[in-house]
Amino acid sequence: MQPVIAVEGLTKVYASGFEALRGVDLSIHKGEIFALLGPNGAGKTTLISIICGIVNPGDGRVLANGWDVVKDYRRARASIGLVPQELSVNMFETVWAAVKFSRGLFGKPANDAYLEKLLRDLSLYDKKDTKIMALSGGMKRRVLIAKALAHEPEILFLDEPTAGVDVELRRDMWTMIRALREQGVTIILTTHYIEEAEEMADRIGVIHQGEIILVDGKQNLMNQLGRKQLSVQLTAPLDALPERLTRYQLSLSDDGYQLVYHYDTQNQAAIAPLLRDLEALSLDYSDLHTNQSSLEDIFVSLVEERRA
Amino acid sequence: MNYYGVKAIYLFELARTWRTLLQSIASPVLTTALYFVVFGSAIGGHMGDIEGVSYGAFIVPGLIMLMVLTESTSNASFGIYMPKFSGTIYEILSAPISAFEIVLGYVGAAATKSLIIGLIILVTARLFVDFSIAHPLWMLGFLFLTALAFSLLGFIIGICADGFERLQIVPAMVVMPLAFLGGTFYSITMLPPLWQKLVLFNPVVYLVSGFRWSFYGTADVPVTISLAMISVFLVICLAIVCWIFKTGYRVRS
Ligand SMILES: Nc1ncnc2c1ncn2[C@@H]1O[C@H](COP(=O)(O)OP(=O)(O)OP(=O)(O)O)[C@@H](O)[C@H]1O
Ligand SMILES: [Mg+2]
Repeated sequence: MQPVIAVEGLTKVYASGFEALRGVDLSIHKGEIFALLGPNGAGKTTLISIICGIVNPGDGRVLANGWDVVKDYRRARASIGLVPQELSVNMFETVWAAVKFSRGLFGKPANDAYLEKLLRDLSLYDKKDTKIMALSGGMKRRVLIAKALAHEPEILFLDEPTAGVDVELRRDMWTMIRALREQGVTIILTTHYIEEAEEMADRIGVIHQGEIILVDGKQNLMNQLGRKQLSVQLTAPLDALPERLTRYQLSLSDDGYQLVYHYDTQNQAAIAPLLRDLEALSLDYSDLHTNQSSLEDIFVSLVEERRA
Repeated sequence: MNYYGVKAIYLFELARTWRTLLQSIASPVLTTALYFVVFGSAIGGHMGDIEGVSYGAFIVPGLIMLMVLTESTSNASFGIYMPKFSGTIYEILSAPISAFEIVLGYVGAAATKSLIIGLIILVTARLFVDFSIAHPLWMLGFLFLTALAFSLLGFIIGICADGFERLQIVPAMVVMPLAFLGGTFYSITMLPPLWQKLVLFNPVVYLVSGFRWSFYGTADVPVTISLAMISVFLVICLAIVCWIFKTGYRVRS
């Protein structure tokens, strides 16, 4: 099946000389939710901006629905909606004027019934005559979503939709995104959070320093990324790892006071057996803490893996 | 042709005028009224007729031109600079709309607005002095071409500006002086011979002269030359706009 978005060998060097994309290849399937995961400055916004026509591409090409985004920009862009990362919206306009403008701009005749339904779905209808500056941050973000959907796009880009959004609104956002997928809209979103990608997406692409280093189904990726470590602070030092603990992936600190245990978050029974064994060996501990390897760590290890 | 897109931009820009009605329309009208009180009545009373036209009536076309020039430039530059500044331009850039259509929307709206202002000033002026218009259609034609050309200029300024100060600098340092020195308040035949030659490098001279001809049938330079000059100016602005969009200069990174 033809991908809805096909990116082939795309590069981008900004006027400053900065190489933001280094040969990106990516295919997005019709009807999926695709999460683009990457740390700050990875090139997520740059990639999306090129597909949507906001930034000029370097080498390579991008097809949307089979149309070249440069040569056939009218047909390519007509099917794309974009919710930008920044809250860029005209503050002096009313919500209604804003969505009406967006629909017209994308070349669609007025359809007030559709816009009304859209605003109702986003719980914005009772604010339709309010000026945007009088809305809360979360509502402004929903206005941006409404603007992006005003021309009934088949493909929706969401650049960090949940940045600066509280837990409840984040849940709402996810529900809304799933509902859109039900209607057949293909969704591409960017995020810094593994959990978010995990919760939302069908497939995840990891981008780092302008390169896509991994594209995979969610499950495979989680197995690779979902690692944590548990540190155990012992009350008395150990000279060496006891026999009974060697079956765990453990490392002992030089002073013998700290045990570090690497485990997989997908494995439900990872911690309890270790703690029982510590109990059985009468090893007392004063403190326990867990931490997740940072996204940056994971990316670096993925990059190293790939180079190796 | 994305007709709905052009319409959306055009109406949005005009809506901005309505939102700021007072400063958009009332302030140029007030300024003009002040000019009439000072130049027309106070000073004009001591001046003789120029080329058979009373001084008060003589300055009407120049004043209208002055306002249309400055309003077109500042409106169009502000109209495109704001979305660039606030980031809302992302939507325009991501829309299935061509560069020409974008210009049509923004420049069309700015030109419409200054045309309306020009006509309001014309009516206001009639309250102060008595005058007639010899060639009404030509008058409208000159007004339209001028509004269009300077709205294009404003659009270019708005795209190139990278700060609010820059936005003001060309209108204040170039357009305003040229307009003042362009025969707005005097006939260039009143100048010393050397200056009469020098002012011919000022494009505004041709606009004012042609426009005044459409009122009173007298002109500083032949009306065909006026028309040619304004067309040349229009074409130059159009070419710059085309170049900007072709290269993405200051629009797409
Ligand atoms: N207009 C520009 N000129 C020069 N460099 C730029 C420009 N825009 C972005 N960059 C650089 O390109 C790199 C990628 O930026 P981009 O915005 O695509 O990252 P991102 O993955 O979206 O990051 P974030 O998660 O912070 O939003 C960054 O190092 C950034 O500094
Ligand atoms: Mg970004």
